[in-house]
Amino acid sequence: MDDILNVQNLETRFKVKGGWNHAVNGVSFRVSEGETLGIVGESGCGKSVSVMSITRLIPIPPGQITAGTAMFGGRDLLKLSDQELSKVRGAEIGMVYQEPMTAFNPVLSIGRQLTEPLEVHQGLTRQQANARAEELLSLVGIPNPKERMRDYPHQFSGGMRQRAMIAMALVCSPKLLIADEPTTALDVTIQAQIVRLVKELRQQLGMSIIWITHDLSLIAGLAHRIVVMYAGYVIEEAPIKKLYANPSHPYTMGLLNSLPRLDESEHRRLESIDGLPPILHKKPSGCPFAPRCRFVVERCHREVPALLTVEEDHRAACWVNPHTRRER
Amino acid sequence: MTQYILRRALQAILTLLVISVLIFGLISSVPGGIMSAYSENPDFTQEDLARLREKYGLNDPVPVRYAKWLLNVLQGDWGNSFTSKRPALQEISDRLPNTLLLMGSMFLVTLAIAIPLGIYSALKQYTFFDHLLTTVALAGQSLPTFWFGLLLIIIFSVLLKTPDGKPLLPSAGMMTLGQPFNLLDRLRHLILPVSMLAVISAASYMRYMRSSMLDVIHKDYVRTARGKGLPEKMVISRHALRNALIPIVTLLGLDLPNLFGGALFTETIFAWPGIGRLFFDSAMKTDYPVLMAVLMVYSFLIVASNLLVDLVYTVLDPRITLD
Repeated sequence: MDDILNVQNLETRFKVKGGWNHAVNGVSFRVSEGETLGIVGESGCGKSVSVMSITRLIPIPPGQITAGTAMFGGRDLLKLSDQELSKVRGAEIGMVYQEPMTAFNPVLSIGRQLTEPLEVHQGLTRQQANARAEELLSLVGIPNPKERMRDYPHQFSGGMRQRAMIAMALVCSPKLLIADEPTTALDVTIQAQIVRLVKELRQQLGMSIIWITHDLSLIAGLAHRIVVMYAGYVIEEAPIKKLYANPSHPYTMGLLNSLPRLDESEHRRLESIDGLPPILHKKPSGCPFAPRCRFVVERCHREVPALLTVEEDHRAACWVNPHTRRER
Repeated sequence: MTQYILRRALQAILTLLVISVLIFGLISSVPGGIMSAYSENPDFTQEDLARLREKYGLNDPVPVRYAKWLLNVLQGDWGNSFTSKRPALQEISDRLPNTLLLMGSMFLVTLAIAIPLGIYSALKQYTFFDHLLTTVALAGQSLPTFWFGLLLIIIFSVLLKTPDGKPLLPSAGMMTLGQPFNLLDRLRHLILPVSMLAVISAASYMRYMRSSMLDVIHKDYVRTARGKGLPEKMVISRHALRNALIPIVTLLGLDLPNLFGGALFTETIFAWPGIGRLFFDSAMKTDYPVLMAVLMVYSFLIVASNLLVDLVYTVLDPRITLD
């Protein structure tokens, strides 16, 4: 299948007091047509920054994209002018954010905020845009969309707000939907509803999705492929089944072992990974996970591991095969 | 909404009644009494003073005088000025348009300067222009009104002359004496007093606007607006500005009545025949019918502008409902 988005060697850093914080360090990933890519990692691992860098929605300054390409529809998004990029945002790439409360403008009605992209990108009249926005609201399961259009964000519940946010992202029928931890701020039952909704929408509309999350169990039923990130690096990449069946990076193994599993007969203690992810004020000279790793060998401190093929479509950035404990 | 406005109007009437009692009491207790402005005047004999006291009913106890005043006011009679003998309300309605012209122009000029510069400064935070603007604003805010007014007069009316030797800009009054009304002439007379007030208040409004805009510009919903692909102008004008203006409206509301008080210095320095000077003159002469009327008009404006601000809030911020 054709790639709809292909990101290569993306590097983003932020100016901080006395230097730089290297948030994204040569990240590459691709999304093909109709595919849902899950990007997984702890807070601060650079997953949101990577994706927000593609549409340049990180604050610049202090942010700075220092390297990389992001090919989307035959163009490199990172080289577009602000004006060209704004024609892509909202029209070809829809965004859903983590906090539906703060991501909506409190002083504009939901309807107004939903119709804006239509007026800007498709030149629709107010009536046409209203009709389309109502259609989308009912598609995401908001009852009485005509009346709710006049409401303001604070009159919606959290789940409804996130539904409206998804409707807003999809209003111009984008080819790619980027969802940045869209369920993190919601109750568990609402999370499940949102995931079900997105699966339905994906089937009906056929868009590709990048779903950023720290919740491996939530993404399991949703994504086709997973990218695991750590300290601004992609450390493992695999189709969902292969990743869960054969995690090949110690960090991914740690993440999976920290989840309870239904198919286990006996109770076991959930594992945790000792230590904290690093904040990189300079680029590391070795594997960024080495200080927390059980399988560490001498080479890990010397060289940043490259993404090595584990099996077909499955790559991991580790000098050691954690199953055999032998160097690759 | 209508119910809310009615309730607030009723509260306002009560508030104004209390205020009238307080200021009536204050005026009546000035040292030397109401007639003090005349008692030091050698042209007035004791008999004259006694006659005046009798004439104006000043021999009654204060509560009785207040009751009489209130009854008259309720019938629309605010009494006559001691000095000009004209109805007090007439004095005010002669002066009020002048003050409103001065303050209205000043308000518009202030906002026209402060809001765009404040936004610009915020959008270009920490650039040369931002530093320049904030420095100038701090300096402007620190200028004493009277000093700055005199400085303007020295520069534009004394030092700078037109080619035929007249002052570049008139330093006093509302019109050139002996000439019929002429818009250009009126505008020329407005320039100095309006500049004096506008520069100082624009300085502080600009700083408020800047910080309010900075607060808003990093909010999630501004990022959302950009993420939707709106042009940057629309992001600023529709999504950021509307939120940034909410705190500014609060300040405007607080300033609205203050502006009438602030006119005192300006009207005095530039001999502008407005309400501020009327208040000052009548206070010096304890011309209490006029003084009461002026103060009641002030009080009314304060109460009314508070209500106005609350109503404007509901338009700007849908989260606020009045009931």
